Amino acid sequence: MTRGRLWKLAIYLFLLGFILNLLGIVSHVVVSSFAKRWFGKPLPPAFTTDWFSYAWTNFELGQVLFITVFIALAVVFIALAIGFPAAYILARRNFNAKPLLLLLYFLPLLIPQMTYGIPLATTLYRFGIGGTVPGVILAVLVPMVPLAVFILLPFFEQISQNLEWSASMLGASRFQIFRRILLPLMVPGLLTAGLLVLVNTISNFELAFLLAGGGSQTLVVALYYNVFAGGVRPVYSIDAMAVIYMCVVLSVLLIALRFVRPTQMVFKLDRS
Amino acid sequence: MARARTDERSELDWVAVLCLAPSLLYVFAMFIYPFMYGVYISLQPLKGDAWSIKNYVAFFSDAYQLVTIKTTFLLALPTTVVVVLVSLFLAYGMRRGIWLERTITTILVLPISLGVIFLSEGILGFYGTNGWLNQMLLGAGIIHEPLELTHNFTGVILSLFMQNFPFCFLMLLGYISGIDPSLESSARMLGAGPWTIFRRVMLPLIAPGLIIAFALVFVLSFAVFPSAVMLGQPAGLTRTISIAAYQQAFEQYDMSYASAIAVIMGLCQLAALIVIVAVRRRMTIATTMGVGKR
Repeated sequence: MTRGRLWKLAIYLFLLGFILNLLGIVSHVVVSSFAKRWFGKPLPPAFTTDWFSYAWTNFELGQVLFITVFIALAVVFIALAIGFPAAYILARRNFNAKPLLLLLYFLPLLIPQMTYGIPLATTLYRFGIGGTVPGVILAVLVPMVPLAVFILLPFFEQISQNLEWSASMLGASRFQIFRRILLPLMVPGLLTAGLLVLVNTISNFELAFLLAGGGSQTLVVALYYNVFAGGVRPVYSIDAMAVIYMCVVLSVLLIALRFVRPTQMVFKLDRS
Repeated sequence: MARARTDERSELDWVAVLCLAPSLLYVFAMFIYPFMYGVYISLQPLKGDAWSIKNYVAFFSDAYQLVTIKTTFLLALPTTVVVVLVSLFLAYGMRRGIWLERTITTILVLPISLGVIFLSEGILGFYGTNGWLNQMLLGAGIIHEPLELTHNFTGVILSLFMQNFPFCFLMLLGYISGIDPSLESSARMLGAGPWTIFRRVMLPLIAPGLIIAFALVFVLSFAVFPSAVMLGQPAGLTRTISIAAYQQAFEQYDMSYASAIAVIMGLCQLAALIVIVAVRRRMTIATTMGVGKR
């Protein structure tokens, strides 16, 4: 029994260490964003909220936030619109090419974004849409459409097909089945998929970065450029921007976690 | 109704094709086509129709470029091994649930959702020479000089760990807690100790998931880009292959060479995947899942 106890203790100690470490990392950014000046002391001697207004005007955060929200909503809408019918067919029908199709949808999630992002950026710049807001939306959608498909699929599988058969026996047309049966029953699925796509789009860096031009930087890309330019702006103002970014992500995440289990936020490893 | 009944082995009709078309079109136009295009222009270094492997020869004969493969490998492999082993240890210990599990898993989702840029900015502060960690260690008298934890290899590995550990842990937790608990209790009834249960019963069942998790974490780490720039030395010590590709594309504007590097990066990842899948093939294991928690 004591061995079991030690084992549990070790697990808790490691998790505690990791969480403290994470809290340290996050709160260092938060404290720094409120510091007037901070160097080599446990806490800054004086606090201020000036860096937030400084960041807001100097980094044009109003515009960046607007673009981020616009891109995120567009991606969610298109991903759901394209993913919904595909997930329906993949859940309901069986055909020879189905495993191949599933693999095809899985590839953009499996292959790192940096690997296919560079050829994708090359292609989009060649067609003149690189560096624009539509370019960013098109690129970010590449992993988000499959993500929406894979989240929606199990939700369709849970809806009994008998409902559709009964409805069509009673004379409902295809559109009526979609409108009156599938859509209402799929609301939880659409909500889950929408929220997860939203979180992933807001925090997506690689693709948004490769496609971003002057006026199409999302919040996280703008944050990267300012950290990268290190020294040009006071670090406190960059941390203020990071805190604003964190608040955006956390607010979506808090809503998402009401509907989604944490283990659902990562790949589900299958038995196959 | 033209087709009201759709049984298990139904064929593809026009509705199915119509429903699948938009997403398939998207994947082909935005994923397959750019990939092919990338391979194509990487083989055409000069404008015109001359096919040439000049870019590939250039990459493999330039030590400055070639070493990026080694650098990336040295960053990705140790990180992956540590991440997978720690995740296995924790997820195995938590397979029957522990106190505060939901809270802990929720906190672990945080680094995944916040993304690598925010984490790297935080690590720069927290682990920096004037950060809290160094202040604490100096204050406690454990060290006399601040530790150099950022702008080097350690910084990049720290960031990769913070990003990939929660991801791998949550994957394995979902997988391991899905294993039928009655197998374990049967083994215990037959007199097996905890180590024997792990070694002879559970590990063979966990192995397939473990190998996939390993593959995913390795491939993700191999493409490391932003943390290698923010927490490493992008011009020297931690110049990974994705930085090399990015520099060719957006600093030298040599899309042909950049595509060649991207292709080489993809091939390295593919090679790693093939090795991992081959290992998995050799371990033919029947899994028994589905009765457990979740």
